[in-house]
Amino acid sequence: MEIIRMENISKIYPGTVALKGVDFTLNKQEIVSLLGENGAGKTTLMKILYGMTAPSSGRIFYKGEPVRFKRPIDAIEKGICMVHQHFMLVPAFTVVENIIAGSEPGSNIFLDKKKARQEVIDLISRFKFNVDPDAKVEKLSVGEQQRVEILKVLYRKADVIILDEPTAVLTPHEVDDLFAVLRRLKDEGKSIIIITHKLKETKEIADRVVVLRDGNLINDNVDPRKVSTKELSEMMVGHEVNLQARRPAKHIGEVCLKVENLTVEEDGKEKVKNVSFAIHHGEILGIAGIEGNGQTQIIEALTGLRKPKSMKLTLDGKEVTGKSSDFLKAGIGHVPEDRLSMGLVKEMSVMENMILGYHRESEFCSKKGLLLKKQISQYAEKLKKDFLVKAASIYSAVSSLSGGNQQKIIISRVFSREPKAIIVAHPTRGVDIGATEYIHNQLIELRDRGAAVLLISADLDEVRALSDRILVLYEGEIVSESMPGELSEVEMGLLMTGGNYMVEEGKQRD
Amino acid sequence: MIKNIDNARKIKMGSSFMNSAIALVISLILGMVIIGISGYSPIESYIAIFGVSLGTLKGFALSLSQATPLIFTGLAFAFAYKVKMINTGAEGQLYAGAMAAALVGAYITNLPSGVHALLGFAAAFLAGGLAALFVALCKVYLNANEIIVSLMLNEIIIFFTSYLANGPLKPPGSGVGQTKMIEDTAKLTKLIPQTQLTTAIFIAIITACVLAYLLDKTVFGYEIKVTGHNLKASNVAGINVSKISLITFALSGAIAGMGGAAMVLGVNYRFVEGFSSGYGFAGISIAALAAYNPIGVIFSAFLIGILKSGTITLNRTTSIPVELVDIIQVLVLIFVAAPALIKSIMSRAKKVRSKSSREEHMEVKTSDI
Repeated sequence: MEIIRMENISKIYPGTVALKGVDFTLNKQEIVSLLGENGAGKTTLMKILYGMTAPSSGRIFYKGEPVRFKRPIDAIEKGICMVHQHFMLVPAFTVVENIIAGSEPGSNIFLDKKKARQEVIDLISRFKFNVDPDAKVEKLSVGEQQRVEILKVLYRKADVIILDEPTAVLTPHEVDDLFAVLRRLKDEGKSIIIITHKLKETKEIADRVVVLRDGNLINDNVDPRKVSTKELSEMMVGHEVNLQARRPAKHIGEVCLKVENLTVEEDGKEKVKNVSFAIHHGEILGIAGIEGNGQTQIIEALTGLRKPKSMKLTLDGKEVTGKSSDFLKAGIGHVPEDRLSMGLVKEMSVMENMILGYHRESEFCSKKGLLLKKQISQYAEKLKKDFLVKAASIYSAVSSLSGGNQQKIIISRVFSREPKAIIVAHPTRGVDIGATEYIHNQLIELRDRGAAVLLISADLDEVRALSDRILVLYEGEIVSESMPGELSEVEMGLLMTGGNYMVEEGKQRD
Repeated sequence: MIKNIDNARKIKMGSSFMNSAIALVISLILGMVIIGISGYSPIESYIAIFGVSLGTLKGFALSLSQATPLIFTGLAFAFAYKVKMINTGAEGQLYAGAMAAALVGAYITNLPSGVHALLGFAAAFLAGGLAALFVALCKVYLNANEIIVSLMLNEIIIFFTSYLANGPLKPPGSGVGQTKMIEDTAKLTKLIPQTQLTTAIFIAIITACVLAYLLDKTVFGYEIKVTGHNLKASNVAGINVSKISLITFALSGAIAGMGGAAMVLGVNYRFVEGFSSGYGFAGISIAALAAYNPIGVIFSAFLIGILKSGTITLNRTTSIPVELVDIIQVLVLIFVAAPALIKSIMSRAKKVRSKSSREEHMEVKTSDI
């Protein structure tokens, strides 16, 4: 039974066409994966359905009736709810309080807390959610918080649930839990739309896949069981891609970056515990691990942003100490974890961002402290061309660029300075497949030119595909060192969640 | 291509100035309404204000001289705001600068005239700068709130200079709290005789140009902008954020101090207790009106100068109460301070426009059928 039909939807923004005559349908008790790269128009389409933005043309039918939602609240009242990528929860409130916020039971003045709590408990047991209704949200894991978000929409009696990139923040295990929940919801009669660009997950959970590319509908009836991930990715990107192919290092040289006895203390707790490792010239060392296990602290220590409790860091045998500017000067490049808050100044131009951190080098600034504008603009034009940065001009503000192109600015800035060693954190987070492929190639080229690369990523596939050696970090300790392919994805997942004993026991049994 | 770039820049710059212009127009219209309701002729009042301020040489000179200290304090606020620090201490820095200039002007003798005046400005620059540096040190090293420390320091400076002017530095026989008259060599040259317009206006304009150059062309200015927009990114980029903040805030105070020197060396010829009619705080709104652009500050200060001189002429020539002009001034500031308000007015106007155009469009379509 058809529950939603969107006909010939177009959305025109000044200067760009986000959607060109897209049709979309959703049936009852169906999980549809809306697949597309960033900027393909999938979020725009859902925002139109949800009443967050108005279509330029087209019609929407909900349960057979034509509708046009002016605001999200109209859609919610009809039973269409959205779980956003960034959770909208109050950390200091309990699960129950968060769920009822906005549609509290009881009279206008008095809150019927008892009734509310009972309703939430009923929901939790009905859908077998594993959440403590009285726990404070700040104490919950990311996966649990997401379940609270889903409970929130169920409490509002949603029939159609839209999930925006639901697996972006989850560990492999949490993804499995989420999918189990989604299947139960489907069995209960709910219809679900998942906005995603992850192929593996699409294949696993979806009944039907709808592919969008550049605002066009490519295919609205793909059976995920009948296509390979490769075929799906080609539909999505428009050409052949290969992210999983390994290209192992050819010439691994001498030790370049050597870290000894790194310990970082934060709020009286040891976040990184006596970690030592070395990276050779021409090698990518990957650190896998769930976020919050000491990655941030390691990055900050290795880039001079934080003074660790103890660390001896040598680069080509020479000790590096001091502030972040000293680390940069010594030749340790840094692609920061969060591009917008740490790597870029979004109000400033592409050109100005392309020299950030290197702006005091003689190439860009005179001895008197004047910026050499002409050289800088020539340099920026060259980087823009070499690294295929899509921007109207080098004078455009960085905020006007897509995530992938913003990341390319950072990559171009750091890579073109030919660093001896480089700390790369989550280089492709929130970046579309095309740009991901490009960034991976650049990273490998940099390695093959002899740089020592430390790759820290929450994306296990990325770490496994790029690294020449892999460390697993758990609670600030390195719990495993392996060559790629030596451990399976499941084994690594276990190590990442503290299950090292089970893996080792398994090995002994073999 | 290059044309495109220039256009893009212009649009970006234009939108913040546009907001200010709209704020101005709205407040002038509202001002007319208020004057009308109060039973006076709006047209007559506006002619009295703008006709004299802009139409006569003396009125124009009065507007410019009223604007001079405001340019300094406006620049002071705008510059500190570039590193997202709020300099509410311009009033105190102004007094510190005025006292320093008065001391140099009165007690150092036998200097050539231009040199003496410049030395007065230099002393004011140092005094204002030191006062602000103290605040910035508290902020950077003790994590104190610069807004509150500045406000407290204002009190201390204003009362301390009052004490000096009423006690040890008071010339014998003087009735009010003031210091000794400065030497003739320290007095600034009048541009138009019998007005208060002096070469200080040039110093103010040059200061604005220097700041604009500094921000746009130098590494220091680049680091200021990066620090102001994104503190974390500036740390990652190896910028010494503490140093940048300290220098910028101290310079901000120094500029406010120069405003004090302009008053002492060009208008009062001595430090007079309570000489500032809130120039320091007016700087906040002048900077906002100029969208924190140093060159824009010259114009927004001039605008407020016109209104201020208008108040003075209004008082002399008509029976219209001067408070009504003050209301216009305040209205300008309220609308500038509320960009969201202007934006919502703009977007509503746009919606109405696009609706009407869409209806036209639809009409075309139906007629096609």
